[in-house]
Amino acid sequence: MAINRRDNDLQRVFTRRALLLGTAQLGMFGALVGRLYYLQVMESDKYTLLAEENRINMRLLPPRRGRVLDRFGVELASNRRNYRVMIVAEQTRNVDATLEALSKLIQVDDTQRARVKREIERRRKFVPVVVAENLSWDDFAKVNLHSPDLPGVQLDVGETRDYPYVQTFSHVVGYVGAVAENELGDDPLLELPGFRIGKSGVEKVYDEQLRGRAGHSQIEVNAYGRAIRELERHNGQQGDDVVLTIDADLQRFTQERFGEDSGAAVVIDIHTGEILSLVSNPGYDPNWFNVGITGPQWRQLNNDKYKPLLNKAIQGQYPPGSTFKMLVGIAALESGNMTPDTRVFCPGHMDFGNNTFHCWKKGGHGTMNYVSALEESCDVYFYEAARRTGVDKIAEVAKKLGLGDFTGIDLTGERRGIIPTRAWKQGALGQPWHPGENLVIGIGQGYVTTTPLQLAVMAARLANGGYAVPPRIVRKDDAFGPATDLRPASRRWPSLNFKREQIDLALEGMTRVTTPPRGTAQRARITQAEYAMAGKTGTSQVRRISKAEREAKVKVKPQDKPWEERDHALFVAFAPVSAPRYACAVIVEHGMSGSATAAPIARDILLECQKLDPSRKPRTAPGPTTASGQAPTRNGG
Amino acid sequence: MAYWSNRNDMSLGRKLRDINWGLVLLITVIASLGFTALYSAAGGDIDPWADRQMARFVIGIVIMVVIAVTDIRVWMRLSYVVYALGVILLIAVELVGRVGMGAQRWLDLGVLHIQPSEIMKIALVLTLARYFHGLSYEDIGRIRWLVIPLAVVVVPVGLVIKQPDLGTAMLLLASSGAVFFFTGVRAWKFLLVIAGGGGALPIAWNFLHDYQKRRVFTFMNPEEDPLGSGYHILQSKIALGSGGFSGKGFMQGTQSHLSFLPEKQTDFIFTMFAEEHGLIGALVLIALYILLIAYGYAIALRSRSQYGRLLAGGLTTMLFLYVFINIAMVSGLVPVVGVPLPLFSYGGTAMMTLLVGIGLLVNVYVHRDVEIPRHMSGL
Repeated sequence: MAINRRDNDLQRVFTRRALLLGTAQLGMFGALVGRLYYLQVMESDKYTLLAEENRINMRLLPPRRGRVLDRFGVELASNRRNYRVMIVAEQTRNVDATLEALSKLIQVDDTQRARVKREIERRRKFVPVVVAENLSWDDFAKVNLHSPDLPGVQLDVGETRDYPYVQTFSHVVGYVGAVAENELGDDPLLELPGFRIGKSGVEKVYDEQLRGRAGHSQIEVNAYGRAIRELERHNGQQGDDVVLTIDADLQRFTQERFGEDSGAAVVIDIHTGEILSLVSNPGYDPNWFNVGITGPQWRQLNNDKYKPLLNKAIQGQYPPGSTFKMLVGIAALESGNMTPDTRVFCPGHMDFGNNTFHCWKKGGHGTMNYVSALEESCDVYFYEAARRTGVDKIAEVAKKLGLGDFTGIDLTGERRGIIPTRAWKQGALGQPWHPGENLVIGIGQGYVTTTPLQLAVMAARLANGGYAVPPRIVRKDDAFGPATDLRPASRRWPSLNFKREQIDLALEGMTRVTTPPRGTAQRARITQAEYAMAGKTGTSQVRRISKAEREAKVKVKPQDKPWEERDHALFVAFAPVSAPRYACAVIVEHGMSGSATAAPIARDILLECQKLDPSRKPRTAPGPTTASGQAPTRNGG
Repeated sequence: MAYWSNRNDMSLGRKLRDINWGLVLLITVIASLGFTALYSAAGGDIDPWADRQMARFVIGIVIMVVIAVTDIRVWMRLSYVVYALGVILLIAVELVGRVGMGAQRWLDLGVLHIQPSEIMKIALVLTLARYFHGLSYEDIGRIRWLVIPLAVVVVPVGLVIKQPDLGTAMLLLASSGAVFFFTGVRAWKFLLVIAGGGGALPIAWNFLHDYQKRRVFTFMNPEEDPLGSGYHILQSKIALGSGGFSGKGFMQGTQSHLSFLPEKQTDFIFTMFAEEHGLIGALVLIALYILLIAYGYAIALRSRSQYGRLLAGGLTTMLFLYVFINIAMVSGLVPVVGVPLPLFSYGGTAMMTLLVGIGLLVNVYVHRDVEIPRHMSGL
């Protein structure tokens, strides 16, 4: 029994301790339950959110970018189907073999191959890698046909921006490009790889309107990022089209008329301010920027002495030369220091202080008044007018006509030019105004610089009788074809408070410019009376002719000077004379002679413009046929 | 007295009838829930996990029954042999073992992959039970009788740590400690050992492998490095938390089905189950385990032999440790140590070990009234 007793001790201890440990274990289970309650009930919301974030991948669906259309609906910037060939590494046993087979159908060079293989290694095996894009439909169809023999090859149709007219609209429409770091904003679209935003021109100014709103699709993904299924989809809103005031046919004509010359031209409706053509020649191919400009292309554009990237119509600042004379005369008349009948004798030069100021005509013009001085572009008359009027009064008139400040055109990079005043010179150069400088201003030289657009606006404001028409390039009336609002400038825009007679004198002078026998641009006149043009030539010096050069009497012929030193050729004009409608400014850089180089271009442009006149001849849009109209349907491959 | 004598040699039929079929039903229920979880983990397919697990379970049940009806004295006699074999295999694995997951755990015998540490889990309890069976209540109070069992524990634990498999070592240490505790070793001695162990911790820290240290670090702050080593714990917590009170529904667990949850069919299967069935499902499963452990204690308490009591108590504690460590690990209470959920996690070796262990538990129940003389403990 002793053994049993001792055994009972052991059993008693065991029972006690087993119950103790069992209770402790129950307590530990209690802790587990508490933990689970904490995670699954108290913190459940937080973890549910985290699980959803894990699982759901939001994909942005980029909206279709709005088109840029001319005033008749011709597509100037549109969206083209981008045929792409991609490869999915996990769907082929041998990437090299597939690429090799592909290279027999389309061009796949070694650098492309290296890039593809690099990307395949970097990414997960189910992520498609682009092998080639912007394929022609023929190539695309060829690959599609052979796709059974091309394991892992996936065909895809995306969208890319297209500028069918290439360089004709490069400075108006601008271009799109990849989003830069400092352009990232609130719109999540901007972070989408491959997304393009407007970088210049209308594409930039109206970017938000063109861009549209992103859609999104919720995709369930697994831990490796593979899409399992689409849960939800909201299609975005495609961008709005932007309709320009530009007439594509006139624009094309203008661009072609410049030929090899470097220069700019602006045609503006003097009543509405609508710009019908705005050309800076040479242009560039905006498509280069869309697909990503290459080093050599960039260098080519930058090293070109004709500066194709510069929008000379609004960024080029040139001395207006004699095109400035109308307003100098008006300033003189307004100041009361001259009357329309005030006569000035031109002996071919004018002495002022210690300097002699020369007229372009060596022998002189004889006796001149305001109108005849415009007709023959007599420099001495305007030296005298400026001398009597003073720079500040001239600047006042110039500014009213739209010079020396931004015109407010809805394009990027506009420059304001310079209309000097006494205060301006003191502020900018810290020097007082010399009376002799008035004379130089009188013929649009010296400190004065203007842009071609400003000159066109000036011509428009003169031609419409002195109303403050502002230029614009985007139609506001949501219509195609001729302007819907036919009110004249006088009923649209505030008056600039010129005296009608003074404006009329300026216009008469301009009319005589294109009239034989003495008009400086008579040879560039439009002979059909109903289209007749009035204008003013300008030949502005790039470089001051030094006294030494003049005295050396070695007259270097303009053609023998280096291109960069030749004079700029300018012409401002309006037409038709009988009932002015269009104003035009043309500059040919280093074109040497306003009458010989710029005036004929302006004549042809204005003639074409009137023949195309949308108010008389509504047209249907011809334009290039765009890819989207006839493109084959999407094929998943 | 006569009744007990009868128990010393029962017929096979009697033994089969005496098997605790309620317990068998309980483990079948738990394992079956496990099959559904594996079916879900495979995306609604019994292949590749559920089918194999079921086959193993059926084989395991047969083995369990065989073990249960074999005379308890046979197992007692074999206890030291199994222990010796276990130690030899542990040494062998040290010499020629296969490295997997950065640790040397497997012994490749051609047809059979053996994980000696698994054998040792059972063998250690068997050995300690047999040893202590031979001690009287007074003997237990004397330190000299504790030297041998301590050595019996330290040798395999040391070998397992060297593999290195910290999780199993802790499991061995804790279940051995429980057996010591059940025998009546004075409480102050435990406190002494715990205090000593605590003091040695900083030294032991230096012997830890980098991956083990990292696990401890990530356990402390899993959010710090969500895509690195903290990923497992964080994703497991997200899965549990997002399951909420009632779960996402069978086969609807996004965390597990979209592969955010690692090891969803093995160590993290509880997480998947709780993600799909919510807190309710988790509580049901925990209740089943508590029932299983209660069964174990009941068997231990009913055994008339010290050997049976200690064996049942030790095995039950082992079972508890498995369940507790696994659930505590997946819910972020303890570091990730790689302990499967008994009868639930996919894995052949663990299933066999568990069913052998439960077989011994049932064996104790069947032989609850068998008298085992104290001298049988000796060699």
